[in-house]
Amino acid sequence: MRALARIVAEADGRGGTRLARLRGEPPLQLRHTPDGSATATVHLIGSAAGPLGGDDLRIEIEVGEGASLCVRSVAASIALPGRDGTPSRTTVTAVVAADGELRWLPEQLVAAAGCRHQATSTVELAGGARLLWREELICGRHDERPGDAVVSTSVDYDGAPLLRQSLTIGPGTPGWDGPAVLGGARATGSLLLVDPAAAPAPSAVLGATAVRMPLTGPATLVSATAPDAHVLRGYLDA
Amino acid sequence: MHRTAYLLLADGRFPSGGHAHSSGLEAAVAAGRVTDLAGLEAFLHGRLSYAAPVTAAFTAATHLTAARMGRAPSATESDVKVPFLSLDRELEARTVSPALRLASRRQGRALLRAGRNTWPSELYGQLPKHPDGPHQPLALGVTTAAAGLSAEEAAQIAAYGVLTGPASAAVRLLGLDPYQVQNLLARMAGSCDEIAAAAAAVAHKSPQELPAHAAPLADISAELHATWEVRLFAS
Amino acid sequence: MRADHAYDHDESVPHTHPEPGVDPHPPLPQLDRAVRIGIGGPVGSGKTALVAALCRALAGELRLAVVTNDIYTTEDADFLKRAGVLDPSRIRAVETGCCPHTAIRDDISANLDAVEELEDALGPLDLVLVESGGDNLTATFSKGLVDQQIFVVDVAGGDKVPRKGGPGVTTADLLVINKTDLAPLVGADLAVMDRDARARRGTLPTIFQSIAQDPQASQVADWVRHVVAHAAGAHAHAHAGAH
Ligand SMILES: Nc1nc2c(ncn2[C@@H]2O[C@H](COP(=O)(O)OP(=O)(O)O)[C@@H](O)[C@H]2O)c(=O)[nH]1
Ligand SMILES: [Mg+2]
Repeated sequence: MRALARIVAEADGRGGTRLARLRGEPPLQLRHTPDGSATATVHLIGSAAGPLGGDDLRIEIEVGEGASLCVRSVAASIALPGRDGTPSRTTVTAVVAADGELRWLPEQLVAAAGCRHQATSTVELAGGARLLWREELICGRHDERPGDAVVSTSVDYDGAPLLRQSLTIGPGTPGWDGPAVLGGARATGSLLLVDPAAAPAPSAVLGATAVRMPLTGPATLVSATAPDAHVLRGYLDA
Repeated sequence: MHRTAYLLLADGRFPSGGHAHSSGLEAAVAAGRVTDLAGLEAFLHGRLSYAAPVTAAFTAATHLTAARMGRAPSATESDVKVPFLSLDRELEARTVSPALRLASRRQGRALLRAGRNTWPSELYGQLPKHPDGPHQPLALGVTTAAAGLSAEEAAQIAAYGVLTGPASAAVRLLGLDPYQVQNLLARMAGSCDEIAAAAAAVAHKSPQELPAHAAPLADISAELHATWEVRLFAS
Repeated sequence: MRADHAYDHDESVPHTHPEPGVDPHPPLPQLDRAVRIGIGGPVGSGKTALVAALCRALAGELRLAVVTNDIYTTEDADFLKRAGVLDPSRIRAVETGCCPHTAIRDDISANLDAVEELEDALGPLDLVLVESGGDNLTATFSKGLVDQQIFVVDVAGGDKVPRKGGPGVTTADLLVINKTDLAPLVGADLAVMDRDARARRGTLPTIFQSIAQDPQASQVADWVRHVVAHAAGAHAHAHAGAH
């Protein structure tokens, strides 16, 4: 299945944000959930378990100058194998203008047994833009070995590379759950905070397998591994 | 001559500061994740799958840039400095742990010192200036070019170094049987060759497109390690 | 039993240095940077105590910094800080990856970086002391790292140490036999140590001392003053010659 969702958020001129465009198609359905704040919140509503092998899902986000957008999802997405072993793909591209803000806080991605999934996100931030970006990856459903999944994140700030990360898990990669990579943890994730107005917080140890790190640029990254999704969220709650 | 230069640079005795770095092994040992030869094997497979492709690709890409400059000395400074700067920034964005950025630059600085003294060249001066030194793969890329090696050899030395650093640290930290450790390295040789060849094959791409594999525990344990009061290795 | 201070003035120990007006050092190369003196020797012989003593004696007259190679990244620095002898910003620790002798001899890059970082941070210096991690009798400093080296052994290690020799005892620019105050307690014969050291070292100087009794390590401090003055002389001379 191929699907495209598009969200365009603009400043409404009264200190708030209006959605100039909000368009999804199954299985990527979107719902605006106003909460009375200056931020427009959109929920992704998964209409089926997925992505499934063969799916090619794209989400395009634009946040205009001075606008603030928060994207969440109502449930975890579960990457599942297709019938013929073709890979599934989710591609997110986001562009945030100066003084705009994007908060990307979806639920977890679960890499189910046998999946072949590639999640690729590309974010372009203008100078002065703010970003909160969470990725959480769960290695298999309950008591299950995961398939192969790659979660790639690329963020540029003001035309320069800020973050390039690509996490690969699954039996196709030797050593993936070993002591140099996940150490047997079933959950891993990161939370990127880009805020040019704030001085980047210094390195901090948040737990036995969780740290906060200043990047080179106006950003910090929290990175963690955890035994399960719940403990992981404790480190990455935003 | 050419082959000997290759061996000199790959030799653990080449004085480029590597002996003081365990590439995360000291932290993994302290956390109880590596206690024996099997643990080391799993650790090295992880390093080979995650760290080596990035290190080797950036080494080979830097080598290609430097070699281009060496062949066409008329190239303007900006012809060279711009690609070097872009490689530096792209690698910086791939190295999220400040402790690992520092470890990479410290090793790059040590390698640069050794390279300059061993194979003098104008090329070293083209690397972007940074108070802690250039990233290690950039320093290695330029050094291999100055030594007259190929991009494939550069990638091979980089991938090999990813394995041998923690392997020799394991011998020292865990008292593992050195013959068994060498046997392990020999068994991994085929994988190491493949990773190196794959890295060399993508080295012509734009820096942005080079591999960006992340290993969460590499970053997390490097940050933890940097807070220790007593440690034997710098990283 | 001879008191250690007797050695200071004992005519029968002519090689004990310094001698007024005589400079027995081979000429140092001309330096346009701080003189670097390595302090090596077995664990516990008193290297850090000597560094502290030299700081006490010299910090007021020389621009001084210290590089340590201990596995305790902060312990030696803390000791020196507690001793109040040197500002912590003048101390750098180097991690040696379980191989203290490699870091001062075979692959000196981390130590060179530490020295350069100190010079960058503090401006021009007259003297950098590099303390090795405790090691055995074979560990010596590379000439690429230090200009002169002091090897510190103690009498508590037994009076056989100079006889055993090894590169440290035999070739160091200065051999320091420390903790002479303990000699009676451990039954070490200083005369034997003196005779053996002389046999091993030819004309190279040896100093017997007790930092417990002489917290400024005055004889070693004088030796260091000579080394620094000599290098400064060479330096000034080089500049004069350039005109
Ligand atoms: N009695 C006595 N103890 C000393 C003397 N010099 C050092 N020590 C002690 O010997 C111990 C080891 O000294 P330290 O300088 O840390 O040795 P290092 O390992 O060589 O740096 C410390 O407890 C010192 O106080 C001395 O001259 N006499
Ligand atoms: Mg000491």
